[in-house]
Amino acid sequence: MTFWGPRGWALGVVNTERWLWWEWVRTHPDDILRALREHVVFTVVAVVGGLVLSAPLAFAGTRRPRLRGAILGLAGAVYTIPSLALFAILVPVFGLQRITVILPLVGYTLLILVRNIIAGLDGVSPSLKEAADGMGFTPLARLLRVELPLALPAIIAGVRIATVTTIGLTTIAAIAGLGGLGQLIVVGLNRPMRTAVTVGAVLSVALAVLADLGLGGLQRALTPWARRER
Amino acid sequence: MTARPDPAAAITFDSVTKTFPGSRQPAVAPLDLEVPSGEIVVLIGPSGCGKTTTLRMVNRLIEPTAGSIAIGGVDVRRQPATELRRGIGYVIQQVGLFPHRTIAQNVATLPRMLGWDKARIGARVDELVELVGLEQGMLDRYPAELSGGQQQRVGVARALAADPPVLLMDEPFGAVDPIVRGRLQYELLALQERVRKTIVLVTHDIDEAITVGDRIAVLNTGGVLEQYGSPDDLLAHPANEFVEAFLGAERSLKRLTLAKVSDLELSGGPVVPADATPTEAREVMDREASNWVGVVRGDRFLGWVPREALDGQGTIGEIEAAPPAALVRPASSLREALEVIMNSRSSVAVVADGERFGGVVTLEKIRAGLEA
Ligand SMILES: Nc1ncnc2c1ncn2[C@@H]1O[C@H](COP(=O)(O)OP(=O)(O)OP(=O)(O)O)[C@@H](O)[C@H]1O
Ligand SMILES: [Mg+2]
Repeated sequence: MTFWGPRGWALGVVNTERWLWWEWVRTHPDDILRALREHVVFTVVAVVGGLVLSAPLAFAGTRRPRLRGAILGLAGAVYTIPSLALFAILVPVFGLQRITVILPLVGYTLLILVRNIIAGLDGVSPSLKEAADGMGFTPLARLLRVELPLALPAIIAGVRIATVTTIGLTTIAAIAGLGGLGQLIVVGLNRPMRTAVTVGAVLSVALAVLADLGLGGLQRALTPWARRER
Repeated sequence: MTARPDPAAAITFDSVTKTFPGSRQPAVAPLDLEVPSGEIVVLIGPSGCGKTTTLRMVNRLIEPTAGSIAIGGVDVRRQPATELRRGIGYVIQQVGLFPHRTIAQNVATLPRMLGWDKARIGARVDELVELVGLEQGMLDRYPAELSGGQQQRVGVARALAADPPVLLMDEPFGAVDPIVRGRLQYELLALQERVRKTIVLVTHDIDEAITVGDRIAVLNTGGVLEQYGSPDDLLAHPANEFVEAFLGAERSLKRLTLAKVSDLELSGGPVVPADATPTEAREVMDREASNWVGVVRGDRFLGWVPREALDGQGTIGEIEAAPPAALVRPASSLREALEVIMNSRSSVAVVADGERFGGVVTLEKIRAGLEA
């Protein structure tokens, strides 16, 4: 990785002990922005990937009780595996590639999302499903126009948790040397260059907070009816 | 205003049986029932006797184990279930309004699914809102912002949206308090006057059944049909002890509530025209075993004259008559008439339709009416 151009290194010699040295921040915008961009990409890929995979799983789970037990059981079990251990298992298999990072991230979001989507769909009252069936909704129409909208608060809540969790987990990608804000932290600690550690930590926290607020706003915008409920 | 009954809408149950998987006894025994077009038939019976099951077999939310159901002579299995259901209004006890859709959107659910254009949907929603007695201002609200009674009305409006000939109602007024319930029952009858649907309504409440039903089907555990007939039939001639127990005590009182003054034979009684002689009046009083006689000129009731006041000269019309103490309308129930008579400390009430004299009701006539 190229965090340390000749210029940065030269400057870094002087001020490696300071937690926040603006001169370093000012002279390394490209490095910082790239780390941020990589972090966002990892997160988005993990959450979107998790969503794409978990939605059909969850739908299947709500239709077949046996499958649902298996899905939830597996989700619960895998979720307890520490993330570092999972990376450790995958590195020998895939080597230090993006897939080594993406796979466990998608896995974790999938586990969170599958549970939330199932909980959301379960929360739809049977009388509403009966009303929809009685009016002649096809199963697909009922899912898309009744069950899914009503499960949306729970689903978005799941996406919020998954996103924030992933933003935290993605810092681990740096261990594999694959970038992201974690890379700033790792390299900053190794060099040492404490300012880089600060920037990496502060940005990942800020990213998590922003994502959480943004998704909260999205949920309120998408479910105006939920606000007016008693 | 009154729509004609759609002849295509009678519902026929032909030896319909339902045995749920895993249970040995059938939930609905072979059931034969004919729901005439344009009438309200009430299914009533103890909890678990198969009322809901019977109802849900009509729109195929449950498929019968044996037998068949036809609407307007056409087997319900002749078309896909979703198609069939779009032509049948369905109101469930829990109302089941979609909480994420506004009132207008809820009511418009089926028209939208059927692909009506916007203008037609808007007009239909307005019409329905008026029909079920809701306010235009509620259209943009969400269901959670309405009272239980208002939600019930929206549920009915939604079921009527595509103007189905058949309406299935499963304990539609179960979730509201007795006062609102009474009002909704009354409104259902007023609505039915206008729309003339074939309605199958499930209830637990015998009084509700008597109030809204043109016919009542009393079901026993296992979906056994114990009796099927008009409310008055059931009250007058319960088929067996089960039906009798189900109808409860005070059967005669319930019949009094059900029957109208206008159902009675109203001519006759202790009444004479104003130009009758005292002798004629005395004859009438003797025949009717009454010490008073009513005096009528044209279609106006002038008042009551006591036996003592008859002095043997001129006509009855010249004697000063006492105004009637007990007055009822033709549309009053016999129970109301009884109440009025009792409170007036007489044994007779005058029937008046506005100013017009319509005859007299005596205790004897009420009793005879119950025997009919
Ligand atoms: N889906 C089902 N699977 C198995 N058994 C069922 C099912 N639905 C109903 N039953 C059984 O069938 C019988 C009739 O049920 P149903 O719901 O028709 O009764 P009901 O007359 O509507 O009762 P209630 O007045 O309590 O609503 C009951 O014994 C019930 O347990
Ligand atoms: Mg029921």
